[in-house]
Amino acid sequence: MHELSIATAIVERAEETARFHGGRVTAVRVRVGEMAGVVPDALRFSFEVAVEGTALESARLLVEEVPARARCAPCGTGFAVGMPPLLWCPRCDRPAQELVEGRELEVTAIELEEASV
Amino acid sequence: MCRVVDVRQAVLAKNDALAGALRAELAARGTAVVNLLSSPGSGKTALLEQVLAGTSARGVPTAALTADLATENDATRLARSGVPVKQVLTGGLCHLEAAQLRTQLEGWLPAGTRVLYVENVGNLVCPASYDLGETLRITLMSVTEGEDKPLKYPTAFGLAHLVVLTKTDLAQAVGFDRAEFAQNVARVNPGVELAETSARTGEGVEALVERVVTVAQGGGVHRPAMAVAGPATGDPAGSPS
Ligand SMILES: Nc1nc2c(ncn2[C@@H]2O[C@H](COP(=O)(O)OP(=O)(O)OP(=O)(O)O)[C@@H](O)[C@H]2O)c(=O)[nH]1
Ligand SMILES: [Mg+2]
Ligand SMILES: [Zn+2]
Repeated sequence: MHELSIATAIVERAEETARFHGGRVTAVRVRVGEMAGVVPDALRFSFEVAVEGTALESARLLVEEVPARARCAPCGTGFAVGMPPLLWCPRCDRPAQELVEGRELEVTAIELEEASV
Repeated sequence: MCRVVDVRQAVLAKNDALAGALRAELAARGTAVVNLLSSPGSGKTALLEQVLAGTSARGVPTAALTADLATENDATRLARSGVPVKQVLTGGLCHLEAAQLRTQLEGWLPAGTRVLYVENVGNLVCPASYDLGETLRITLMSVTEGEDKPLKYPTAFGLAHLVVLTKTDLAQAVGFDRAEFAQNVARVNPGVELAETSARTGEGVEALVERVVTVAQGGGVHRPAMAVAGPATGDPAGSPS
């Protein structure tokens, strides 16, 4: 279960941002690709564990799941690879060379509540 | 007052950056890392015992590092090959990270090592997300695990530079369907090379050693489609930490 190390890294990122901008973190938004090798539910659970004893204790994790999409370079067709994945161009029946989306594992935004004066 | 701060940072940016630095550092020292990934018991250690012997028999300075949650059994087995071996106990962590590997190599990796084999923790999920600065990533699966595993673990198979089917001496007994397996691998990683080995009979071991040595000498490696970030994806490496 590497989701815990990933959740810990997310918490660290959010803490850095909060220190820089000031305020209390109320939510962390992340994008998780279908091919990132991370299970969103396990990540949510791990996040609950990772925030314990940190400044993010009451913060929520908002996960945006990103479906995997590939592209066939020669014909330019973009397509959803589906699950189980098929990295094969439906138009010209040949292998896809690149995954356009689906391996994301990123923190996109931090929601902060400014400390009341 | 609430506000939203956009950050857009890859969660594994630190590991990716460290792995990149390690790859460059090792390349400068002439060392290529081979990262071996599989589920527990697929035969990584058994194959490696023979591959280590085969690689060093060619006069290629070889070393190996094996990671496990617990026990030094694998290192003891690998040390029989006569090459320098180090056991890493991850203390419950289900995968190796670049920072950990770097620490382990400091003061240990013998000068002049050309090929460093790294046996990752037996696990087909977690290790797939962590770049270790390897030149060659091999995902292994034994014939007893079933032809559908590439579809169940698409990230592990999709990011492999080479896929190795192990324990082929048992293929007939379990009725392993090679064509179906090859098709499933091709679905998630079109164009990746497939190799077969049996640590029991020694079949395929020499060919695998040959492949590794070629890569260590600068031969090209396959570029998995999954590893090629398309235009819509942000740049995961190089973002400020
Ligand atoms: N028949 C047969 N058995 C094998 C072969 N390779 C390994 N085995 C057996 O499979 C079992 C597991 O092999 P290991 O080499 O320990 O597997 P591993 O992938 O290193 O396991 P972990 O490090 O625990 O993940 C052992 O009982 C081996 O004897 C093979 O080629 N043929
Ligand atoms: Mg082993
Ligand atoms: Zn096409």
